[in-house]
Amino acid sequence: MDELSSLMQGFAIALSLKNVLYMFVGVTLGVLIGVLPGLGGANGVAILLPLTFVLAQQPGGTTTAIILLSCIYWGALFGGAITSILFNIPGEPWSVATTFDGYPMAQKGEAAKALTAAFTSSFVGALVAVIIITFLSPVIARFALKFGPPEYFSVYLLTFCAFVGMSKGQAMKTVAAMMIGFALAAVGLDPVNSQLRLTFGHMELLQGFDFLIAVIGLFGIGEILLTLEEGLAFKGTRAKIDMRVVIDTWKELPRYWLTSIRSAAVGCFMGIVPGGATPASFMSYGLAKRLSPDGEKFGTGQIEGVIAPETAAHAAGTSALLPMLTLGVPGSPTAAVLLGGLLIWGLQPGPMLFVEQKDFVWGLIASMYLGNIAGLIVVLTCVPLFAAVLRIPFAIIAPVILVICAIGAFTVHNSMFDVWLMLGFGVMGYIFKKLDYPIAPLVLALVLGDRAETSFRQAMLGSQGDLTVFFSNWLVGGVTGLALVLLVWPVIAGWRQNLSAVR
Amino acid sequence: MRRCKSLLALFCLGLASMGMAAHAQTWEPTRTVEFIVPAGTGGGADQMARLVDAIIKKHGLMKQSMVVVNKGGGAGAEGFLEIKNAKNDPHKIIITLSNLFTTPHATGIPFNWKEMTPVAMMALDQFVLWVNAETPYKSAKEYVDAVKVAGFHKFKMGGTGSKQEDQIITVGLERQTGIKFTYIPYKGGGEVATQLVGKHINSTVNNPIEAVSQWRAGQLRPLCVFDDERMPYKVKVTGDMSWNDIPTCKQVGVDLDYLMLRGIFMPPGVTDAQRSYYIEVIKKVRETPEWKDFMEKGAFNQTFMVGDPFRAWLAKEDQRHFDLMKESGFLLKK
Amino acid sequence: MNTHQQSDRSAASSRALELVIAGLIFIFGAAVVFDSWRLGARWGDDGPESGYFPFYLGLLILVSSGIVFYRGLGDKKLAAKSFVSVAQLKLVLLVLAPSVIYVGLIQGAGIYLASMVFIGFFMMWLGKYGIVKTLVVSVGVMVAFFLVFEVWFKVPLPKGPIEVLLGLA
Repeated sequence: MDELSSLMQGFAIALSLKNVLYMFVGVTLGVLIGVLPGLGGANGVAILLPLTFVLAQQPGGTTTAIILLSCIYWGALFGGAITSILFNIPGEPWSVATTFDGYPMAQKGEAAKALTAAFTSSFVGALVAVIIITFLSPVIARFALKFGPPEYFSVYLLTFCAFVGMSKGQAMKTVAAMMIGFALAAVGLDPVNSQLRLTFGHMELLQGFDFLIAVIGLFGIGEILLTLEEGLAFKGTRAKIDMRVVIDTWKELPRYWLTSIRSAAVGCFMGIVPGGATPASFMSYGLAKRLSPDGEKFGTGQIEGVIAPETAAHAAGTSALLPMLTLGVPGSPTAAVLLGGLLIWGLQPGPMLFVEQKDFVWGLIASMYLGNIAGLIVVLTCVPLFAAVLRIPFAIIAPVILVICAIGAFTVHNSMFDVWLMLGFGVMGYIFKKLDYPIAPLVLALVLGDRAETSFRQAMLGSQGDLTVFFSNWLVGGVTGLALVLLVWPVIAGWRQNLSAVR
Repeated sequence: MRRCKSLLALFCLGLASMGMAAHAQTWEPTRTVEFIVPAGTGGGADQMARLVDAIIKKHGLMKQSMVVVNKGGGAGAEGFLEIKNAKNDPHKIIITLSNLFTTPHATGIPFNWKEMTPVAMMALDQFVLWVNAETPYKSAKEYVDAVKVAGFHKFKMGGTGSKQEDQIITVGLERQTGIKFTYIPYKGGGEVATQLVGKHINSTVNNPIEAVSQWRAGQLRPLCVFDDERMPYKVKVTGDMSWNDIPTCKQVGVDLDYLMLRGIFMPPGVTDAQRSYYIEVIKKVRETPEWKDFMEKGAFNQTFMVGDPFRAWLAKEDQRHFDLMKESGFLLKK
Repeated sequence: MNTHQQSDRSAASSRALELVIAGLIFIFGAAVVFDSWRLGARWGDDGPESGYFPFYLGLLILVSSGIVFYRGLGDKKLAAKSFVSVAQLKLVLLVLAPSVIYVGLIQGAGIYLASMVFIGFFMMWLGKYGIVKTLVVSVGVMVAFFLVFEVWFKVPLPKGPIEVLLGLA
């Protein structure tokens, strides 16, 4: 129980009035970052750096500084869900899957319920991940080292297989949409041998199609255009906006314990690997849809469809901090910036951090517990406020949303080209939706395409083109096998139905 | 608010013109300076840029604020093209790595160091040959012999990016010793070091800062440094070794020296006064204890250069990269 | 369809759109295949070449969009279905057209001025708000964004001649 006493010490350091105050400041800033697609964790750290130097000069100030920075991270994780649910605009990439059922819920007038479910699940996911970090970090660090290119590829394959094969509609359109996503992901510089692909001599295409721009366009703008057909108003304006919704939703949530546990497990796994929060959310949504008794109704505003991706995303986002601390490899861009923050205090992330900087590490872990509690309090008390945004008249909120989208698209690469691209994706999203081309597989292919290809080709380089490398040990073989089973699952399920029909 | 700002701006303008009268040569930023990193977050260049930014903020070396922006698309071309196209803009600076030379040669993306304004060389980054500490190779010679015995493509060398510094060094090593690795490109130095610890690859040519933590933890072992001289840092890093104890690769029969530029560039067309301003800031940064500590931790070569010597160095390095890449077959096939 | 009321008239049939979009996707697929072939789409000595995956992706795009196109040709039900009615299209364009102008305006006038005009236009034209309310909201929102992005988070957004004049750019 060495960990427990270290943790208690960490709590003792973290729990001062001043630190708690900074915790709330950090979380609030983080929520703002999460809500606005134009801001990321990097911006948060940028503004707080000077402040942390002032803080660090006071006794115990380093801990305060870390708390402040990491609470931005928690806040951003919480905040991403808000615009996803209210306007179908994912504030952060990992909240794309939250739109699938969160937005339909808001349209039904259940915005507050969806928000409460999202925030609570986020908290649960993070809590599970922090507990794992607290007690299992050395084991996990060793486990993460087992991941080479074949293992990474198998995990991406698993994400795909968990998600596809379940979309309704015409199979050919699903194939077309997904391949378009893959092709768009391939645009730009080929990372394996530095050749420009599919740019046709246009330098604007150099950096490829950014996930966030495509998503803002396809989901956000596309949805606004679709809504417009039915009149100049948003649906779901009569959302209930009192605090009782929170309690009522909480009463309902324990029913979905199985989904929560599964999603937390998926999230922790993907965070440690590190596959990232975005694939984790997709994978978890896909699994929930297959395994839930209400799976058929997913996409129409099921609360489980909000719980699954949010739990997984937050669990992954939290456990991603672990590889960063022990291996020095950041699991997400925000984690990378946090890592930059550590360097400035003379802390070198890596295997020695847990040995040499015990106080720091346990202070950080304690602040993970406390920061998430602070985050939950902040966002839950704001649920009525967020839901009330839907009551703002259309003539005001519609242009403001478009302005936010434009800013978000611009800031990705500081380029106007991307803003035009976002509009183009918006029109594409509108037409695709009306013609029953599924958008989710396209987006998933776009976010995972280049990573999957890179790890596949790294694996092929290493094995000299031998495909059996994907079954060369229990780990990679197990994951690949599971992926293949999931891929053919609909076929198996079909057989079983046929068999029972014959009987 | 707006009026306030504009009044303030007018006031500043007035001050500036007064200052101008006194010293014709001084210039200072009038708004937030963008510090561009032509690589992703977490890598060596990114770490250094963020450290410089933090040092400037901590010691108040600049009146205006500075913001670090990552523009790593297209092997760094995204960042370099932005600088190249921001003609006369003194509020943008960029930190360089070797992709300043390699990316245009390998991809044909049109930019060149001559199309930007060189400001200063801050330091040079070393390259060290690393193996997993659990493998039996105690010296570079033992390792090279083992690779030779195993045959072509049996050993895997991991590195950052494709047709960039790591792969150039790998090919150089191969040509001098008559061995052949399978080179596997990864996204960043941290990932490469972790892959070596997990034994997914056999060796790397990581920069010291990218692998020092794993070295100290007893997970990696340095074999030799790709330079003519040993690194000067004699403080023990692990229980029994300092950076200075690592032999040069020349001492073990590989005559290959390669150093990576960590320098600062500005857009074309900026004035000498604007360039001097940043040189002065960098000079002050180099005086701080945080910088010195970082230099030692990462065993950097602390050469500092500005002006004509720097330009001459750049011209020589550009030609050398062209030659090395030509020999390795890395140039864009036309 | 002519018997319908003016406002419910279809602007385009679903089949027409289906064919056009499938055609566009087909062209996209052809471009992908073409460029991948140029890069080398074979399985090299050490695994797949640059164009290997895109090449097959492109082929799949060609096949799938081709099938969608072929099916669309003979689909009577789709031909009778309206993709979008004139009235709906009007509503959509009511927002889309100003948005396109807005993005064009950002390029010339910077994001702050363009956004103020954009928000103001919507409020006065669609919302029938008075000039005072409109100004308060549109300027207020953009000042808030300016504070959040430029001052607080130090994120530079596109600026135009007005900001330069004010010394903000």
